[in-house]
Amino acid sequence: MVTATTPLKAEARNLNFIYNGGNRAVKNLSMPLYENKITALIGPSGCGKSTFLRCFNRMHDLYPGNKYEGQIVMHPDNTNILDPAVDPIEVRMRISMVFQKPNPFPKSIYENVAYGLRVRDIKNKRLIDEKVEEALKGAAIWNEVKDRLQDLAFNLSGGQQQRLCIARALATDPEIMLFDEPTSALDPIATANIEELMSELSNKLTILVVTHNMQQAARVSDYTAYMYLGELIEYGDTDSIFTHPTRKETEDYITGKFG
Amino acid sequence: MNDDVRKNNDASKNLMKYQATTNKAAVLENLDAVRAMIRRHKFNDYIFSIIGLIALMIGLLTLLTLFIELIRDGSGRFNLQFFSDFPSRRAEHAGLLSAWVGSALIMAITFLVAVPMGVAAGLYLEEYAPKNWFSDLIEINVSNLAGVPSIIYGLLALGLFVYGLGLGQSILTAGLTLGLLILPIVIVATRESIRAIPVAIREAAYAVGATKWQVVADHIVKYSYGGILTGVIIGMARALGETAPVITIGALTFIAFLPSSPISTEPPYLNFEWLSSGFTVLPIQMFNWLSRPDHAFHVNAAATGAIIIMVTLLMNGTAIWLRYRIRKNIKW
Ligand SMILES: Nc1ncnc2c1ncn2[C@@H]1O[C@H](COP(=O)(O)OP(=O)(O)OP(=O)(O)O)[C@@H](O)[C@H]1O
Ligand SMILES: [Mg+2]
Repeated sequence: MVTATTPLKAEARNLNFIYNGGNRAVKNLSMPLYENKITALIGPSGCGKSTFLRCFNRMHDLYPGNKYEGQIVMHPDNTNILDPAVDPIEVRMRISMVFQKPNPFPKSIYENVAYGLRVRDIKNKRLIDEKVEEALKGAAIWNEVKDRLQDLAFNLSGGQQQRLCIARALATDPEIMLFDEPTSALDPIATANIEELMSELSNKLTILVVTHNMQQAARVSDYTAYMYLGELIEYGDTDSIFTHPTRKETEDYITGKFG
Repeated sequence: MNDDVRKNNDASKNLMKYQATTNKAAVLENLDAVRAMIRRHKFNDYIFSIIGLIALMIGLLTLLTLFIELIRDGSGRFNLQFFSDFPSRRAEHAGLLSAWVGSALIMAITFLVAVPMGVAAGLYLEEYAPKNWFSDLIEINVSNLAGVPSIIYGLLALGLFVYGLGLGQSILTAGLTLGLLILPIVIVATRESIRAIPVAIREAAYAVGATKWQVVADHIVKYSYGGILTGVIIGMARALGETAPVITIGALTFIAFLPSSPISTEPPYLNFEWLSSGFTVLPIQMFNWLSRPDHAFHVNAAATGAIIIMVTLLMNGTAIWLRYRIRKNIKW
């Protein structure tokens, strides 16, 4: 599946991330993200998956004292999105994120999805209506909420809230979507829904997903990266990583002997 | 004491036995020890709830007795006339008119000063200020300011507003002074309700590409105004009862006129002369009556005291109700 013709959407180049206290949570990490593909990040708890993921939308900038070294280059414009001269808000306009725990705003279902559009100065009510509907359909939750768009988002179930958050992240037409263990709080049916959703979304955008669930990584992703103690141990297309990993550590982790 | 420790040790030894054997006698013996232990622990619950209840009752009953006493003593004056009469040398014709109008006007200014300044300061400290030793210092001092005796604010105001800025012994001076006095309360309430907003919600807003100001205006303020409002009302209730600083800046104790009306019939329909008017407030009026030798005036004082307590309780009640109403839709 790794072919020379698959276009690159982004790549980390010798990325290091150092937390405020001096903890180097990502070490010298280089990895590609291929366009319209799903890349899964796996590895034991605390190995730096979330830290790495959150570099992509400069979430770490919200807290003082954090430091990036190296680059994450986005294509086709060849922008190093970690460059201090690049506004983190610009980066977040292009790369959206779905968090581990559903985190809807205490607003209506409609407002939750519309917020990203309002932030982008879209004022046309009809256009917002259209976009909200499209995003809710895209997140496979439209049928459940179409009659109660003005209801409070907190009144939805956990799985519905997570799909609402996906709709929120989707409404703004991102180039890349980041998912941090999006199904860890969900039951198997909701999980299957969201996995299916990700596969569909990957037709038009690039996805980077952190997961603790090996089957999930095997089912949904095109490429898999195994991280351990902040380092990238192995990267490859998902089939080969899961059938014959080249590194012993990867194999131990995947087969459950470790982690 | 020693005995207790030994018993405890016995219980834990028994617990170990429980893991090691399925012998029925041992299990039963162990169960007895565990039950005895639980009973001992629960006894502490019982003792504490009694102490707590007593402490609560001492506070509540004292206040309640005082309140009932005031109502009983002042019962002769609870009528509309009491609110529409100026003070007078004859107790039964003396009323609260100038005092409650003064209190109301001053409260309005206090509100207009304390809310925008307190909320802006709280938002700045939480959201914008860089976190370093300087902001730590400010933080400590803001909390300390809430504990500064109110008469100190009176002295400050006397120097700054009355003489320094030449505002005189006016309603404006009193409003500004009380505004400053409750500023720390508003700042602390603002910061606390901002801090109650979960990090995840904040990150969600930033993650869709919002700027700091958008996050503050669309989220932080909207999710925290219930708590801020509560703080404001509690602060206002405190300001209503403040006496010392108002006396310091020169409130009058006998005043038989009203400030000129803020609204006029001719353009521009607003009139600001009232700001520089002399004034009195409810607690000062109460104090004035209380200090008269004639006992007939003490009835008026009691009635005023009861009214101040009622208004204060009403304000606090409103604060609780508002918090409940606003927080109903916000679950964290
Ligand atoms: N705010 C922080 N400050 C300092 N160190 C942190 C911070 N957040 C995480 N870390 C550390 O960075 C390392 C990587 O954490 P990270 O959250 O990225 O792990 P993870 O792979 O996502 O784990 P999990 O699977 O449990 O979510 C850990 O050692 C963690 O203790
Ligand atoms: Mg994580």
